[in-house]
Amino acid sequence: MRARAASFLIAALAATLLLGFSRAWAIAPEQMPTPQLEARYLALIHGFRCMQCQDESLADSPVNLAADMRRQVRDMLLAGKTDQQIRDFMVSRYGYFILFKPPFVLKTAWLWLTPGVLLLVGVIAALTVIRRRAALVAKDLEDNDLTDA
Amino acid sequence: MSRFTIPLVLFALLVVVLAIGIKQSPDKDLIPSPLIGKAAPEFSLPNLIDPGQRVSSATLRGHWYLFNVWGTWCGSCRMEHSMLLKIKQSGVIPLVGLDWKDDDGDALSFLKKEGDPYQTIAVDHDGSEAIMWGVYGAPETFLVNPQGIVVYKFIGPITEQAWEQQILPRLPMGQMPAAAARS
Repeated sequence: MRARAASFLIAALAATLLLGFSRAWAIAPEQMPTPQLEARYLALIHGFRCMQCQDESLADSPVNLAADMRRQVRDMLLAGKTDQQIRDFMVSRYGYFILFKPPFVLKTAWLWLTPGVLLLVGVIAALTVIRRRAALVAKDLEDNDLTDA
Repeated sequence: MSRFTIPLVLFALLVVVLAIGIKQSPDKDLIPSPLIGKAAPEFSLPNLIDPGQRVSSATLRGHWYLFNVWGTWCGSCRMEHSMLLKIKQSGVIPLVGLDWKDDDGDALSFLKKEGDPYQTIAVDHDGSEAIMWGVYGAPETFLVNPQGIVVYKFIGPITEQAWEQQILPRLPMGQMPAAAARS
């Protein structure tokens, strides 16, 4: 009787311990096992677009698909994939559209270059105008000198 | 060079940019799939109708099929259902379903009531297979050729018009009912 009670107690203790451990080891829906992984995870999901809501990132979107895609990112991180591998995977399924920061490739070159080109055009236009004005003022002064003389 | 030349050129550029934007605006929500022209994802998933069996991409090789992502929770899929039944009836191409994040019981009773247009239905409970296909909403339909290459993706419910103008022309002329009826 005593031995039985003891074995029951041990079993109960073991069960409690196991439960406690499984709790401790289980990864909460939005939590990663190490701070490093957590940081990478957060950086990644902030950089992916939610394909359903489009103006929100995976990190901010409440829709089911975003949750599934976050889980995909998490699983790949836990499987030891690099950030680049995870990004490449997402792009291979959803296209560059999923990246909030599109890469510099032929198709997106105009996206990156246009602001610079516009800035250059603006600078050249401003310089031209300033030079012309300066020339006008100089000429004006010259004219004034002549009349004074 | 007249003093109007530069403003005119800029204006013309602006018109071109805006025209492209306006022309593409109806398709703004349609994100082109990078899978087109590439191999469809390999999969082996539970079979909805026959839980002992699996649906695998390997057994689908060798003939054309439409891979249709749906769910009973999806209203547009219900709208599309009668068209899917028509496609089945035409016998032109088999439909392979992906029951996306659905309850098996709901799906089975829906198909029992409304009719089952699919040759076979794979089950994706947790949504991970849909991600492999780059799915972002249901219904989405992929046209896969005998070599397992994704030829075309249609987003939204297939209409009579989409079937006739987008899907049928992409099939080879010899795609006859007899060829597709084999399963």
